[in-house]
Amino acid sequence: MTGYERPVLSVKHLNKQYGRGCLKCVNKASLLKNYCPSCGTVYACQDISFDVHPGEVVGIVGESGSGKSTLMKCLYFDQEVTDGEAYISVYENGEKNLFQQSAQQKRYIRNNVMGKVYQNPLLGLKMDFSSIGNIAEKLISAGNRHVKMMESRGIELLDKVNIPVHRRKEAPKKFSGGMQQRVQIAKALSNNPPLLLLDEVTTGLDLSVQASVLDLIKELQRELNISIVLVSHDLSVIRMLADRTFVMLEGKVIEEGLTDQILEDPQASYTQQLVHSML
Amino acid sequence: MNKAYNFAFFDEGSKREIRRATLKAIAIPGYQVPFASREMPIGRGWGTGGLQLTLSLIGKNDVLKVIDQGSDESVNAVSIKKLVSDTTGVVATEHTCDATLIQSRHRIPEVPLTKEQILVLQVPIPEPLRFFEPSEHETKKLHAEKEYSGAWLMLFEQIMNYGTMTTDADHPVMVQDRYVMAPSPIPRFDNTKMDHCKALILLGAGREKKVYAVPPYTKVVSLAFDDYPFKGESFENKHCRLCGADDVFLDELIDEEIGESYYLCNDTSYCLEMINEKKLAGVK
Repeated sequence: MTGYERPVLSVKHLNKQYGRGCLKCVNKASLLKNYCPSCGTVYACQDISFDVHPGEVVGIVGESGSGKSTLMKCLYFDQEVTDGEAYISVYENGEKNLFQQSAQQKRYIRNNVMGKVYQNPLLGLKMDFSSIGNIAEKLISAGNRHVKMMESRGIELLDKVNIPVHRRKEAPKKFSGGMQQRVQIAKALSNNPPLLLLDEVTTGLDLSVQASVLDLIKELQRELNISIVLVSHDLSVIRMLADRTFVMLEGKVIEEGLTDQILEDPQASYTQQLVHSML
Repeated sequence: MNKAYNFAFFDEGSKREIRRATLKAIAIPGYQVPFASREMPIGRGWGTGGLQLTLSLIGKNDVLKVIDQGSDESVNAVSIKKLVSDTTGVVATEHTCDATLIQSRHRIPEVPLTKEQILVLQVPIPEPLRFFEPSEHETKKLHAEKEYSGAWLMLFEQIMNYGTMTTDADHPVMVQDRYVMAPSPIPRFDNTKMDHCKALILLGAGREKKVYAVPPYTKVVSLAFDDYPFKGESFENKHCRLCGADDVFLDELIDEEIGESYYLCNDTSYCLEMINEKKLAGVK
Protein backbone atom coordinates (compact mmCIF):
# COMPACT_ATOMS: atom_id res chain seq x y z
CA MET A 1 0.00 0.00 0.00
CA THR A 2 3.04 2.30 0.07
CA GLY A 3 2.89 5.08 -2.43
CA TYR A 4 -0.82 5.54 -1.92
CA GLU A 5 -2.17 8.46 -0.04
CA ARG A 6 -3.34 7.56 3.47
CA PRO A 7 -6.88 8.60 4.29
CA VAL A 8 -7.33 11.20 7.02
CA LEU A 9 -10.46 9.51 8.27
CA SER A 10 -11.39 5.94 7.66
CA VAL A 11 -14.77 4.60 8.78
CA LYS A 12 -15.47 0.88 8.67
CA HIS A 13 -18.77 -0.91 9.14
CA LEU A 14 -20.36 1.71 11.32
CA ASN A 15 -23.69 0.67 12.80
CA LYS A 16 -26.00 2.65 14.99
CA GLN A 17 -29.33 1.39 16.22
CA TYR A 18 -31.83 2.81 18.65
CA GLY A 19 -33.40 -0.04 20.55
CA ARG A 20 -32.31 -3.55 21.38
CA GLY A 21 -33.42 -5.38 18.27
CA CYS A 22 -35.24 -8.71 18.38
CA LEU A 23 -35.14 -12.12 16.71
CA LYS A 24 -37.42 -10.90 13.94
CA CYS A 25 -35.22 -8.03 12.83
CA VAL A 26 -31.84 -9.64 13.39
CA ASN A 27 -31.26 -10.21 9.66
CA LYS A 28 -32.94 -6.88 8.78
CA ALA A 29 -35.18 -8.52 6.18
CA SER A 30 -38.42 -7.76 7.96
CA LEU A 31 -37.69 -4.06 8.44
CA LEU A 32 -40.22 -1.45 7.47
CA LYS A 33 -37.76 1.06 5.92
CA ASN A 34 -35.27 1.10 8.81
CA TYR A 35 -37.77 0.35 11.54
CA CYS A 36 -38.68 -2.97 13.10
CA PRO A 37 -42.46 -3.06 13.59
CA SER A 38 -42.33 -5.79 16.18
CA CYS A 39 -39.73 -4.43 18.66
CA GLY A 40 -39.61 -0.77 17.63
CA THR A 41 -35.86 -0.70 16.99
CA VAL A 42 -34.63 1.91 14.53
CA TYR A 43 -31.56 1.05 12.49
CA ALA A 44 -30.27 4.58 11.88
CA CYS A 45 -26.92 3.69 10.28
CA GLN A 46 -26.28 0.32 8.72
CA ASP A 47 -22.81 -0.89 7.81
CA ILE A 48 -21.40 2.43 6.63
CA SER A 49 -17.80 2.49 5.40
CA PHE A 50 -15.90 5.30 3.73
CA ASP A 51 -12.53 7.05 3.57
CA VAL A 52 -11.77 10.75 3.53
CA HIS A 53 -8.45 11.77 1.99
CA PRO A 54 -6.35 14.84 2.80
CA GLY A 55 -7.89 18.00 1.40
CA GLU A 56 -10.96 16.17 0.17
CA VAL A 57 -14.55 17.24 0.66
CA VAL A 58 -16.95 14.34 1.04
CA GLY A 59 -20.63 15.11 0.76
CA ILE A 60 -23.38 13.03 2.29
CA VAL A 61 -26.84 13.62 0.93
CA GLY A 62 -30.19 12.12 1.73
CA GLU A 63 -33.71 12.87 2.88
CA SER A 64 -34.43 13.70 6.47
CA GLY A 65 -34.42 10.61 8.63
CA SER A 66 -31.91 8.85 6.42
CA GLY A 67 -29.25 8.76 9.15
CA LYS A 68 -26.94 11.56 7.95
CA SER A 69 -26.91 13.50 11.19
CA THR A 70 -26.71 10.35 13.30
CA LEU A 71 -23.60 9.41 11.37
CA MET A 72 -22.09 12.83 12.09
CA LYS A 73 -23.01 12.62 15.76
CA CYS A 74 -21.31 9.24 15.99
CA LEU A 75 -18.18 10.57 14.33
CA TYR A 76 -17.99 13.49 16.79
CA PHE A 77 -18.77 11.19 19.75
CA ASP A 78 -22.00 13.03 20.53
CA GLN A 79 -23.55 9.58 20.45
CA GLU A 80 -22.14 6.11 21.00
CA VAL A 81 -22.01 3.80 18.00
CA THR A 82 -23.52 0.35 18.28
CA ASP A 83 -20.47 -1.12 16.58
CA GLY A 84 -17.96 -0.22 13.94
CA GLU A 85 -14.52 1.26 13.61
CA ALA A 86 -13.03 4.62 12.75
CA TYR A 87 -9.42 5.70 12.41
CA ILE A 88 -7.85 9.11 12.10
CA SER A 89 -4.38 9.25 10.61
CA VAL A 90 -3.07 11.88 13.04
CA TYR A 91 -4.27 10.06 16.16
CA GLU A 92 -2.02 7.19 17.29
CA ASN A 93 -0.81 6.89 13.70
CA GLY A 94 -4.28 5.77 12.62
CA GLU A 95 -3.98 2.45 14.39
CA LYS A 96 -6.46 2.79 17.22
CA ASN A 97 -10.20 2.45 16.77
CA LEU A 98 -11.61 5.80 17.91
CA PHE A 99 -14.87 4.31 19.14
CA GLN A 100 -13.04 2.11 21.63
CA GLN A 101 -11.08 4.91 23.29
CA SER A 102 -11.89 6.11 26.80
CA ALA A 103 -14.21 9.07 27.25
CA GLN A 104 -11.18 11.17 28.19
CA GLN A 105 -9.36 10.21 24.98
CA LYS A 106 -12.49 10.87 22.90
CA ARG A 107 -12.58 14.35 24.35
CA TYR A 108 -8.94 14.78 23.42
CA ILE A 109 -9.67 13.75 19.84
CA ARG A 110 -12.64 16.11 19.59
CA ASN A 111 -10.67 18.99 21.00
CA ASN A 112 -7.45 18.46 19.10
CA VAL A 113 -8.02 16.86 15.73
CA MET A 114 -11.65 17.60 14.84
CA GLY A 115 -13.93 20.55 14.42
CA LYS A 116 -17.68 20.43 14.02
CA VAL A 117 -20.22 22.94 12.88
CA TYR A 118 -23.76 22.08 13.92
CA GLN A 119 -26.91 22.97 12.06
CA ASN A 120 -28.18 24.62 15.22
CA PRO A 121 -25.68 27.15 16.63
CA LEU A 122 -27.18 26.52 20.09
CA LEU A 123 -25.43 23.15 20.10
CA GLY A 124 -22.05 24.40 18.99
CA LEU A 125 -21.77 27.68 20.88
CA LYS A 126 -22.14 28.94 24.42
CA MET A 127 -24.68 31.66 23.71
CA ASP A 128 -23.97 33.65 26.89
CA PHE A 129 -20.20 33.72 26.52
CA SER A 130 -18.43 36.22 24.25
CA SER A 131 -17.64 35.20 20.68
CA ILE A 132 -13.93 35.32 21.36
CA GLY A 133 -14.51 33.28 24.52
CA ASN A 134 -16.27 30.66 22.43
CA ILE A 135 -13.25 30.39 20.17
CA ALA A 136 -10.93 30.34 23.19
CA GLU A 137 -12.92 27.50 24.72
CA LYS A 138 -11.72 25.15 22.01
CA LEU A 139 -8.14 26.39 22.42
CA ILE A 140 -8.31 26.02 26.21
CA SER A 141 -9.59 22.47 25.90
CA ALA A 142 -6.63 21.71 23.66
CA GLY A 143 -4.34 22.84 26.48
CA ASN A 144 -3.60 26.48 25.62
CA ARG A 145 -3.10 28.67 28.71
CA HIS A 146 -1.91 31.90 27.16
CA VAL A 147 -4.51 34.67 27.05
CA LYS A 148 -2.78 36.97 24.58
CA MET A 149 -2.08 34.15 22.17
CA MET A 150 -5.69 32.97 22.28
CA GLU A 151 -6.99 36.49 21.86
CA SER A 152 -4.91 37.16 18.78
CA ARG A 153 -5.87 33.78 17.29
CA GLY A 154 -9.54 34.58 17.97
CA ILE A 155 -9.27 37.98 16.32
CA GLU A 156 -7.51 36.46 13.31
CA LEU A 157 -10.28 33.88 12.89
CA LEU A 158 -13.15 36.30 13.39
CA ASP A 159 -11.57 38.50 10.77
CA LYS A 160 -11.32 35.52 8.45
CA VAL A 161 -15.02 34.75 8.81
CA ASN A 162 -15.92 38.41 8.28
CA ILE A 163 -17.11 39.29 11.75
CA PRO A 164 -16.13 42.84 12.73
CA VAL A 165 -13.37 42.59 15.31
CA HIS A 166 -14.97 45.24 17.53
CA ARG A 167 -17.89 42.87 18.11
CA ARG A 168 -15.67 40.06 19.45
CA LYS A 169 -16.73 40.60 23.05
CA GLU A 170 -20.41 40.31 22.24
CA ALA A 171 -22.26 37.09 22.95
CA PRO A 172 -23.42 35.10 19.90
CA LYS A 173 -27.02 35.39 21.11
CA LYS A 174 -26.90 39.00 19.95
CA PHE A 175 -25.86 37.95 16.45
CA SER A 176 -27.92 37.03 13.42
CA GLY A 177 -28.19 33.38 12.39
CA GLY A 178 -25.60 33.77 9.64
CA MET A 179 -23.14 35.43 11.99
CA GLN A 180 -23.65 32.75 14.61
CA GLN A 181 -22.89 30.15 11.99
CA ARG A 182 -19.70 31.97 11.07
CA VAL A 183 -18.63 32.15 14.73
CA GLN A 184 -19.16 28.40 14.87
CA ILE A 185 -16.94 27.95 11.83
CA ALA A 186 -14.25 30.12 13.41
CA LYS A 187 -14.48 28.05 16.59
CA ALA A 188 -14.26 24.77 14.72
CA LEU A 189 -11.17 25.99 12.86
CA SER A 190 -9.34 27.37 15.89
CA ASN A 191 -7.01 24.40 16.38
CA ASN A 192 -6.26 23.92 12.69
CA PRO A 193 -8.01 20.56 12.75
CA PRO A 194 -7.19 18.23 9.87
CA LEU A 195 -10.85 17.17 9.79
CA LEU A 196 -13.95 19.33 9.81
CA LEU A 197 -17.50 17.99 10.15
CA LEU A 198 -20.24 20.19 8.76
CA ASP A 199 -23.82 19.22 9.57
CA GLU A 200 -26.36 21.11 7.46
CA VAL A 201 -24.49 24.37 7.96
CA THR A 202 -26.58 26.47 5.64
CA THR A 203 -30.03 25.11 6.39
CA GLY A 204 -32.28 27.85 7.69
CA LEU A 205 -30.15 30.70 6.41
CA ASP A 206 -31.42 33.03 3.71
CA LEU A 207 -29.97 32.67 0.23
CA SER A 208 -27.43 35.48 0.22
CA VAL A 209 -26.11 34.48 3.65
CA GLN A 210 -26.02 30.86 2.50
CA ALA A 211 -23.87 31.87 -0.42
CA SER A 212 -21.44 33.81 1.74
CA VAL A 213 -21.10 30.98 4.26
CA LEU A 214 -20.49 28.49 1.46
CA ASP A 215 -17.96 30.81 -0.16
CA LEU A 216 -16.19 31.09 3.15
CA ILE A 217 -16.04 27.33 3.65
CA LYS A 218 -14.73 26.80 0.13
CA GLU A 219 -12.12 29.49 0.58
CA LEU A 220 -10.91 28.20 3.95
CA GLN A 221 -10.83 24.66 2.67
CA ARG A 222 -8.59 25.62 -0.24
CA GLU A 223 -6.39 27.84 1.87
CA LEU A 224 -5.87 25.44 4.78
CA ASN A 225 -6.27 22.18 2.86
CA ILE A 226 -8.61 20.67 5.46
CA SER A 227 -10.61 17.53 4.86
CA ILE A 228 -14.33 18.02 5.24
CA VAL A 229 -17.27 15.72 5.73
CA LEU A 230 -20.32 17.66 4.70
CA VAL A 231 -23.88 16.62 5.35
CA SER A 232 -26.73 18.28 3.52
CA HIS A 233 -30.09 17.53 2.03
CA ASP A 234 -29.52 20.37 -0.41
CA LEU A 235 -27.99 19.14 -3.65
CA SER A 236 -26.80 22.56 -4.75
CA VAL A 237 -24.66 22.80 -1.61
CA ILE A 238 -23.24 19.38 -2.39
CA ARG A 239 -22.64 20.36 -6.01
CA MET A 240 -20.76 23.46 -4.99
CA LEU A 241 -18.54 21.94 -2.29
CA ALA A 242 -18.21 18.19 -2.46
CA ASP A 243 -15.61 16.27 -4.50
CA ARG A 244 -17.20 12.95 -3.76
CA THR A 245 -20.73 12.21 -2.67
CA PHE A 246 -22.57 9.47 -0.81
CA VAL A 247 -26.31 9.10 -1.08
CA MET A 248 -28.00 7.77 2.03
CA LEU A 249 -31.45 6.29 2.32
CA GLU A 250 -33.01 4.54 5.31
CA GLY A 251 -29.69 4.27 7.09
CA LYS A 252 -27.77 2.79 4.19
CA VAL A 253 -25.42 4.17 1.58
CA ILE A 254 -27.19 3.43 -1.68
CA GLU A 255 -24.86 5.17 -4.08
CA GLU A 256 -21.42 6.74 -4.06
CA GLY A 257 -19.15 8.37 -6.57
CA LEU A 258 -17.77 11.66 -7.84
CA THR A 259 -20.25 14.44 -7.28
CA ASP A 260 -20.58 15.22 -10.99
CA GLN A 261 -21.18 11.58 -11.73
CA ILE A 262 -23.90 11.31 -9.15
CA LEU A 263 -25.64 14.46 -10.32
CA GLU A 264 -25.33 13.86 -14.05
CA ASP A 265 -25.81 10.13 -14.18
CA PRO A 266 -27.61 8.88 -11.08
CA GLN A 267 -27.97 5.11 -10.93
CA ALA A 268 -30.22 4.31 -7.98
CA SER A 269 -33.86 5.14 -8.48
CA TYR A 270 -33.97 7.21 -5.31
CA THR A 271 -30.99 9.28 -6.49
CA GLN A 272 -32.65 9.80 -9.85
CA GLN A 273 -35.75 11.04 -8.12
CA LEU A 274 -33.65 13.29 -5.90
CA VAL A 275 -31.70 14.80 -8.76
CA HIS A 276 -34.79 15.36 -10.85
CA SER A 277 -36.63 17.07 -8.09
CA MET A 278 -33.94 19.74 -7.91
CA LEU A 279 -35.48 23.12 -8.58
CA MET B 1 -25.21 20.41 78.62
CA ASN B 2 -28.77 19.92 77.47
CA LYS B 3 -29.73 16.32 78.21
CA ALA B 4 -32.82 16.44 75.99
CA TYR B 5 -30.56 15.81 73.00
CA ASN B 6 -28.06 13.14 72.11
CA PHE B 7 -24.43 14.27 72.39
CA ALA B 8 -23.77 16.75 69.56
CA PHE B 9 -27.44 17.00 68.59
CA PHE B 10 -27.39 14.17 66.02
CA ASP B 11 -28.18 10.53 66.62
CA GLU B 12 -25.14 8.27 66.29
CA GLY B 13 -26.28 6.85 62.95
CA SER B 14 -26.38 10.28 61.36
CA LYS B 15 -22.94 11.14 62.67
CA ARG B 16 -21.56 7.91 61.31
CA GLU B 17 -23.02 8.58 57.87
CA ILE B 18 -21.48 12.05 57.75
CA ARG B 19 -18.11 10.72 58.99
CA ARG B 20 -18.16 8.04 56.31
CA ALA B 21 -18.70 10.67 53.62
CA THR B 22 -15.93 12.74 55.21
CA LEU B 23 -13.50 9.82 55.09
CA LYS B 24 -14.21 9.32 51.43
CA ALA B 25 -13.71 13.03 50.81
CA ILE B 26 -10.31 12.91 52.53
CA ALA B 27 -9.35 9.87 50.49
CA ILE B 28 -10.11 11.70 47.21
CA PRO B 29 -8.84 15.27 47.72
CA GLY B 30 -11.09 17.86 46.08
CA TYR B 31 -13.78 15.38 45.04
CA GLN B 32 -17.33 16.28 46.04
CA VAL B 33 -18.89 13.44 48.01
CA PRO B 34 -22.67 13.44 48.24
CA PHE B 35 -24.13 12.95 51.70
CA ALA B 36 -27.57 12.91 53.29
CA SER B 37 -27.75 16.48 54.56
CA ARG B 38 -29.91 16.48 57.71
CA GLU B 39 -32.61 18.84 58.80
CA MET B 40 -31.05 21.35 61.19
CA PRO B 41 -32.48 23.87 63.63
CA ILE B 42 -31.05 26.55 61.33
CA GLY B 43 -32.05 27.14 57.72
CA ARG B 44 -30.20 25.55 54.82
CA GLY B 45 -27.73 28.01 53.40
CA TRP B 46 -26.88 29.34 56.86
CA GLY B 47 -23.94 27.08 57.50
CA THR B 48 -25.66 23.73 57.88
CA GLY B 49 -22.99 21.95 55.85
CA GLY B 50 -20.20 23.16 58.12
CA LEU B 51 -22.29 22.62 61.22
CA GLN B 52 -23.04 19.02 60.32
CA LEU B 53 -19.34 18.33 59.83
CA THR B 54 -18.56 20.01 63.16
CA LEU B 55 -21.23 18.04 65.03
CA SER B 56 -20.17 14.73 63.50
CA LEU B 57 -16.52 15.32 64.44
CA ILE B 58 -16.67 16.99 67.82
CA GLY B 59 -15.64 15.09 70.95
CA LYS B 60 -15.73 15.98 74.63
CA ASN B 61 -12.12 17.17 74.68
CA ASP B 62 -12.38 19.45 71.68
CA VAL B 63 -12.08 23.21 71.87
CA LEU B 64 -14.31 24.97 69.36
CA LYS B 65 -13.91 28.25 67.52
CA VAL B 66 -16.54 29.60 65.14
CA ILE B 67 -15.86 32.48 62.79
CA ASP B 68 -18.25 34.30 60.49
CA GLN B 69 -16.42 36.36 57.83
CA GLY B 70 -13.50 36.82 60.20
CA SER B 71 -15.62 37.75 63.20
CA ASP B 72 -16.12 35.63 66.32
CA GLU B 73 -19.00 37.74 67.57
CA SER B 74 -21.41 37.99 64.68
CA VAL B 75 -24.91 36.59 65.18
CA ASN B 76 -24.38 33.52 63.06
CA ALA B 77 -21.12 32.55 64.73
CA VAL B 78 -22.61 33.04 68.19
CA SER B 79 -25.73 31.01 67.40
CA ILE B 80 -23.72 28.10 66.02
CA LYS B 81 -21.38 28.21 69.00
CA LYS B 82 -24.36 28.20 71.38
CA LEU B 83 -25.99 25.24 69.67
CA VAL B 84 -22.82 23.17 69.76
CA SER B 85 -21.96 24.11 73.37
CA ASP B 86 -25.53 23.46 74.49
CA THR B 87 -25.63 19.94 73.06
CA THR B 88 -22.03 18.90 73.81
CA GLY B 89 -20.81 20.98 76.75
CA VAL B 90 -17.66 21.75 74.77
CA VAL B 91 -16.00 25.07 75.55
CA ALA B 92 -15.63 27.67 72.85
CA THR B 93 -12.62 29.88 72.39
CA GLU B 94 -11.73 32.93 70.34
CA HIS B 95 -8.03 32.14 70.21
CA THR B 96 -7.18 30.38 66.99
CA CYS B 97 -4.16 28.60 68.46
CA ASP B 98 -6.20 27.12 71.36
CA ALA B 99 -8.89 25.63 69.14
CA THR B 100 -8.85 22.06 67.90
CA LEU B 101 -11.89 22.46 65.69
CA ILE B 102 -12.53 25.67 63.79
CA GLN B 103 -15.71 26.24 61.84
CA SER B 104 -15.45 29.21 59.55
CA ARG B 105 -17.55 31.07 57.05
CA HIS B 106 -15.56 32.57 54.18
CA ARG B 107 -12.19 33.07 55.90
CA ILE B 108 -9.13 31.08 56.88
CA PRO B 109 -7.70 32.50 60.14
CA GLU B 110 -4.55 34.64 59.96
CA VAL B 111 -2.73 32.55 62.58
CA PRO B 112 -1.17 29.60 60.69
CA LEU B 113 -3.03 26.35 61.38
CA THR B 114 -1.29 23.37 62.93
CA LYS B 115 -1.52 19.64 62.31
CA GLU B 116 -3.59 19.19 65.47
CA GLN B 117 -6.38 21.35 64.08
CA ILE B 118 -9.30 20.77 61.74
CA LEU B 119 -10.76 23.65 59.74
CA VAL B 120 -14.39 23.30 58.63
CA LEU B 121 -15.54 25.69 55.93
CA GLN B 122 -19.16 26.45 55.05
CA VAL B 123 -19.89 26.26 51.33
CA PRO B 124 -22.86 27.75 49.47
CA ILE B 125 -22.02 26.45 45.96
CA PRO B 126 -19.59 23.51 45.94
CA GLU B 127 -19.53 23.09 42.15
CA PRO B 128 -16.81 25.25 40.52
CA LEU B 129 -18.29 24.65 37.06
CA ARG B 130 -21.88 25.48 38.01
CA PHE B 131 -22.06 28.78 36.15
CA PHE B 132 -20.54 27.19 33.09
CA GLU B 133 -22.71 24.09 33.07
CA PRO B 134 -26.01 24.14 34.99
CA SER B 135 -26.62 20.39 34.87
CA GLU B 136 -25.22 18.29 37.72
CA HIS B 137 -25.31 15.24 35.46
CA GLU B 138 -22.97 17.00 33.03
CA THR B 139 -20.60 18.50 35.60
CA LYS B 140 -20.10 15.05 37.13
CA LYS B 141 -18.95 13.82 33.74
CA LEU B 142 -16.67 16.83 33.32
CA HIS B 143 -15.01 16.09 36.67
CA ALA B 144 -14.67 12.41 35.83
CA GLU B 145 -12.95 13.22 32.55
CA LYS B 146 -10.87 16.03 34.08
CA GLU B 147 -12.36 18.40 31.52
CA TYR B 148 -11.91 21.79 33.16
CA SER B 149 -11.78 24.14 30.19
CA GLY B 150 -15.02 25.68 31.50
CA ALA B 151 -13.29 26.88 34.65
CA TRP B 152 -10.53 28.51 32.64
CA LEU B 153 -13.04 29.87 30.14
CA MET B 154 -14.86 31.75 32.90
CA LEU B 155 -11.56 33.38 33.92
CA PHE B 156 -10.77 34.12 30.26
CA GLU B 157 -14.12 35.90 29.89
CA GLN B 158 -13.34 38.07 32.91
CA ILE B 159 -9.98 39.02 31.43
CA MET B 160 -11.62 39.84 28.09
CA ASN B 161 -14.27 42.01 29.70
CA TYR B 162 -12.37 43.66 32.54
CA GLY B 163 -8.70 43.18 31.76
CA THR B 164 -8.13 41.07 34.85
CA MET B 165 -9.55 38.09 36.72
CA THR B 166 -12.43 39.44 38.78
CA THR B 167 -13.08 36.56 41.17
CA ASP B 168 -13.07 38.31 44.52
CA ALA B 169 -13.81 35.19 46.45
CA ASP B 170 -14.18 31.54 45.50
CA HIS B 171 -11.37 31.61 42.93
CA PRO B 172 -11.23 27.99 41.70
CA VAL B 173 -8.26 25.83 42.69
CA MET B 174 -6.73 22.64 41.34
CA VAL B 175 -6.27 20.08 44.12
CA GLN B 176 -3.36 17.64 43.85
CA ASP B 177 -3.33 18.01 40.02
CA ARG B 178 -6.66 16.23 39.72
CA TYR B 179 -9.88 17.93 40.80
CA VAL B 180 -10.83 21.56 40.32
CA MET B 181 -12.51 22.69 43.52
CA ALA B 182 -14.45 25.69 44.78
CA PRO B 183 -12.51 26.74 47.89
CA SER B 184 -15.75 28.24 49.32
CA PRO B 185 -16.02 32.02 49.09
CA ILE B 186 -12.76 32.76 50.87
CA PRO B 187 -10.94 35.79 49.46
CA ARG B 188 -8.14 35.09 46.96
CA PHE B 189 -5.82 36.20 49.76
CA ASP B 190 -6.64 32.96 51.62
CA ASN B 191 -6.25 30.62 48.63
CA THR B 192 -2.49 30.42 49.18
CA LYS B 193 -3.06 29.35 52.80
CA MET B 194 -4.71 26.16 51.54
CA ASP B 195 -1.61 25.00 49.70
CA HIS B 196 0.27 22.45 51.83
CA CYS B 197 -1.75 23.49 54.85
CA LYS B 198 -0.78 21.52 57.96
CA ALA B 199 -4.37 21.24 59.17
CA LEU B 200 -7.09 19.11 57.66
CA ILE B 201 -9.56 21.31 55.76
CA LEU B 202 -13.11 20.02 55.38
CA LEU B 203 -15.75 21.76 53.30
CA GLY B 204 -19.46 21.14 53.74
CA ALA B 205 -22.40 22.31 51.65
CA GLY B 206 -25.65 21.56 53.49
CA ARG B 207 -28.08 22.83 50.90
CA GLU B 208 -26.23 21.16 48.03
CA LYS B 209 -25.59 18.01 50.10
CA LYS B 210 -21.87 17.72 49.36
CA VAL B 211 -18.75 17.22 51.47
CA TYR B 212 -15.21 17.62 50.19
CA ALA B 213 -11.77 17.95 51.71
CA VAL B 214 -8.20 19.11 51.42
CA PRO B 215 -6.08 16.72 53.51
CA PRO B 216 -2.97 18.06 55.27
CA TYR B 217 0.02 18.88 53.06
CA THR B 218 -2.01 18.71 49.84
CA LYS B 219 -0.98 20.68 46.76
CA VAL B 220 -3.55 23.39 46.05
CA VAL B 221 -2.96 25.65 43.05
CA SER B 222 -5.20 28.56 42.07
CA LEU B 223 -6.16 28.51 38.40
CA ALA B 224 -4.41 31.09 36.23
CA PHE B 225 -2.99 31.70 32.76
CA ASP B 226 0.66 31.81 31.73
CA ASP B 227 0.50 35.53 31.02
CA TYR B 228 -2.07 36.35 33.71
CA PRO B 229 -0.71 34.82 36.93
CA PHE B 230 -2.87 34.42 40.01
CA LYS B 231 -2.68 37.32 42.48
CA GLY B 232 -4.18 37.64 45.93
CA GLU B 233 -5.72 40.90 47.12
CA SER B 234 -2.98 43.44 47.73
CA PHE B 235 -2.95 45.81 50.70
CA GLU B 236 0.23 47.61 49.87
CA ASN B 237 0.96 50.64 52.07
CA LYS B 238 -2.13 49.91 54.13
CA HIS B 239 -2.32 48.68 57.70
CA CYS B 240 -4.86 48.03 60.42
CA ARG B 241 -5.80 51.21 62.30
CA LEU B 242 -6.08 49.36 65.61
CA CYS B 243 -3.19 46.91 65.70
CA GLY B 244 -1.00 48.11 62.85
CA ALA B 245 -0.83 44.74 61.06
CA ASP B 246 0.00 45.07 57.36
CA ASP B 247 0.36 41.45 56.24
CA VAL B 248 -3.24 40.35 56.80
CA PHE B 249 -6.58 40.62 55.01
CA LEU B 250 -7.96 44.11 55.72
CA ASP B 251 -11.48 45.53 55.62
CA GLU B 252 -11.93 49.01 54.19
CA LEU B 253 -14.22 51.26 56.20
CA ILE B 254 -15.17 54.91 55.91
CA ASP B 255 -14.57 57.30 58.78
CA GLU B 256 -17.73 59.38 58.46
CA GLU B 257 -16.35 62.33 60.41
CA ILE B 258 -13.38 63.00 58.19
CA GLY B 259 -14.82 61.24 55.11
CA GLU B 260 -11.72 59.14 54.55
CA SER B 261 -11.32 55.41 54.38
CA TYR B 262 -9.34 53.42 56.89
CA TYR B 263 -8.51 49.76 57.32
CA LEU B 264 -9.10 47.14 59.99
CA CYS B 265 -8.10 43.50 60.34
CA ASN B 266 -10.87 41.30 59.02
CA ASP B 267 -9.87 38.59 61.51
CA THR B 268 -11.08 40.19 64.75
CA SER B 269 -9.54 37.69 67.15
CA TYR B 270 -6.14 38.12 65.51
CA CYS B 271 -6.47 41.90 65.82
CA LEU B 272 -7.36 41.62 69.50
CA GLU B 273 -4.41 39.32 70.18
CA MET B 274 -2.06 41.76 68.47
CA ILE B 275 -3.37 44.67 70.51
CA ASN B 276 -3.04 42.75 73.78
CA GLU B 277 0.48 41.66 72.89
CA LYS B 278 1.48 45.24 72.24
CA LYS B 279 -0.06 46.41 75.49
CA LEU B 280 1.78 43.71 77.44
CA ALA B 281 5.02 44.63 75.75
CA GLY B 282 4.36 48.28 76.56
CA VAL B 283 3.75 47.53 80.25
CA LYS B 284 7.06 45.75 80.53
